[in-house]
Amino acid sequence: MIEYNFAYLDEQTKRMIRRAILKGLAIPGYQVPFASREMPMPYGWGTGGVQVSAAVLTPDDTFKVIDQGADDTTNAVSIRTFFERTAGVQTTTATQEATVIQTRHRIPEEPLNDGQILVYQVPIPEPLRFLEPRESETRKMHSLEEYGLMHVKLYEDISRHGHIATSYAYPVKVEGRYVMDPSPIPKFDNPKLGDMAAIQLFGAGREQRIYALPPYTQVTSLDFEDHPFEASKADHGCGMCAATDSYLDELIIDDTGGRMFVCSDTDYCEARQAAGHIGKDNGGKDAA
Amino acid sequence: MTPLLSVEGITKRYGTHIGCADVSFDLYPGEVMGIVGESGSGKSTLLNCMAGHLAPDAGQVIFDSRTDGFRDTLTMSEPERRMLGRTDWAFVHQHARDGLRMGVSAGGNVGERLMAVGERHYGDIRDKATDWLGRVEIDASRLDDRPTTFSGGMQQRLQIARNLVTGPRLVFMDEPTGGLDVSVQARLLDLLRGLVRDMGLSAIIVTHDLAVVRLLADRLMVMKSGHVVEAGLTDQVLDDPQHAYSQLLVSSVLQV
Amino acid sequence: MIELKNVSKTFTLHNQGSAVIEVINDVSFAVSAGECVALTGASGAGKSTLMRMIYGNYLTQAGEIRIGGVDMVQAEPREVIALRREVLGYVSQFLRVVPRVATLDVVAEPLRTLGVSADEAQERARGLLTRLNIPERLWSLSPTTFSGGEQQRVNIAQGFAHPYPAMLLDEPTASLDAANREVVLSLIEEAKTRGAAIIGIFHDEAARTRVCDREIDVGRFTPGLAA
Repeated sequence: MIEYNFAYLDEQTKRMIRRAILKGLAIPGYQVPFASREMPMPYGWGTGGVQVSAAVLTPDDTFKVIDQGADDTTNAVSIRTFFERTAGVQTTTATQEATVIQTRHRIPEEPLNDGQILVYQVPIPEPLRFLEPRESETRKMHSLEEYGLMHVKLYEDISRHGHIATSYAYPVKVEGRYVMDPSPIPKFDNPKLGDMAAIQLFGAGREQRIYALPPYTQVTSLDFEDHPFEASKADHGCGMCAATDSYLDELIIDDTGGRMFVCSDTDYCEARQAAGHIGKDNGGKDAA
Repeated sequence: MTPLLSVEGITKRYGTHIGCADVSFDLYPGEVMGIVGESGSGKSTLLNCMAGHLAPDAGQVIFDSRTDGFRDTLTMSEPERRMLGRTDWAFVHQHARDGLRMGVSAGGNVGERLMAVGERHYGDIRDKATDWLGRVEIDASRLDDRPTTFSGGMQQRLQIARNLVTGPRLVFMDEPTGGLDVSVQARLLDLLRGLVRDMGLSAIIVTHDLAVVRLLADRLMVMKSGHVVEAGLTDQVLDDPQHAYSQLLVSSVLQV
Repeated sequence: MIELKNVSKTFTLHNQGSAVIEVINDVSFAVSAGECVALTGASGAGKSTLMRMIYGNYLTQAGEIRIGGVDMVQAEPREVIALRREVLGYVSQFLRVVPRVATLDVVAEPLRTLGVSADEAQERARGLLTRLNIPERLWSLSPTTFSGGEQQRVNIAQGFAHPYPAMLLDEPTASLDAANREVVLSLIEEAKTRGAAIIGIFHDEAARTRVCDREIDVGRFTPGLAA
């Protein structure tokens, strides 16, 4: 603890980031530029999320990190350890117990409460970027609310695949104003973005942007009248806990093409198993 | 009848160099005006000033907009002017790739303007895009192909479809046939002539090709060194030019 | 219907030592509805020039040219265009078309610009092309590839597609065989009967005598020639 300031960043940096967070909360969905710092990890490992977490953590917080829903991947473990060492905060894998949850590409299955903060790691914050490479132009499009181009992307999807094939980082409109990239969460999670009790903060370290959704914000996934948004998931039950309402990962389990589907949210899955729900790949009867 | 567009005293300087000086004219609904002159005569500067791409040093560009009547487009706010650019106005670039999204399918290119003004029904957008490809003589089977796979003439026709799909009233064209084969030019000109007639479009066409203005334009302005030296009925200016420069320009055309 | 008052024209050739050529000086005459007037005079007398001035194709320096209430000398381009679309027809000696447009559409074009439906305009075009003996197999082709005589007949068909109240005809029977010449002359007679005011240039003296009510010698107004 004596080697570092609390939560690694110096207080001036945290103030700067908090100002950006407050501005982001005041203008939901608007990308606030901030002076992203070098962090002791490579870009793409969550430097944006880590800086936001560092700026909002207090010594009384309980911290949880999930990577694609899992608490036990290298990335999740190393970020959790990072804050254990630099902030000395409590850590947990239980969604309910955490006060700050840093996430890479998932929203926990368990509904979040007020008093909780969900911090997203964002690789590319600009939803218009793939069709319009000029930053000056995309900024103008946001400020003038010119979002026709976003629908061009969805149009291209339908014309090529017959349906909207975008399955993650599915663009949303926030409070009828800003179009926002919800980070690469599966579109299954999109409905959870809106009307959430917890504060949602998004940090993009390399791109130096922070944006936010205050509690109970209206968030709409973009779509066409004749191709409405659908929050899709694999059409199976979880092989471990038999849940039918959770987002599933597909696992290849042998060399003959055998596979199983399990909850991507490990905490949710383990809690269900502990409560006696047993899936078909876990010795239980066929859940479906 | 009142003019659709009233241009008054447009002046643009580049330092001490004059881009265009004190240009004024009225354009009435359904009229097509050509602007001719050699390279550097200020015709493109004038076009860009009128279309809002360049800020002139002086002058007014008053347009009779569908939503709120006569407005000086130069003092409009940027969102208003950009909205005008997607609805009442259209701009056809000389190089199709400046006016198209090369990474987006032909249908997406045509549909973008529709989506930009709020259309949200995929089937309708696609039907309109298909209809417009037909009108510019591109086979409907190319709807999902990217413009990178199109010939130069097809790209130019796609650009025109993309511009006209929202039913604009005024089209700015910068050398629309420049860089195209002569045979492709004729087809494009005939197509443009039909569209102008059927849609009742007004247009301002900048070109150095006198054959283009003879076919498309009702009226002609001849520019030299930033000044309009002669203006009038197209065939009158071409067949009986009054100004020394116009006479030189007309007599310089090679006869085939 | 057509009235010229004290009309004069000079050409100034800026690129040839600013030479000033007086071509027409102080012309006045009028043509009323149903009347056909021939312009006569030697080559270079200014017949075609005067015709082009009446059409607004050449700029008139002085005087008045009134056609159906519009003064061509003072009119705005859009007024001239409207007049040419609705009132004043012109059959020139040369056909000017976009290369790939079908003959049928070339002839229907004047009616289409007046807002006549495509079907109706083409119907009228078919009638005229048949009368002028253009074989039906050519109708879908561009006239740019036709012989001189065929082009001239397509040109005439186009000129007569719309019943203009005033018409200018520049050598309408030149390079036509006897049968087609006859068709053109009867077209002119029909136009007169419906009340069109016509000014024509005819080198064909027999034709002139047959359709024209009066002759005006343009040579009288040509400064160089009159002296």
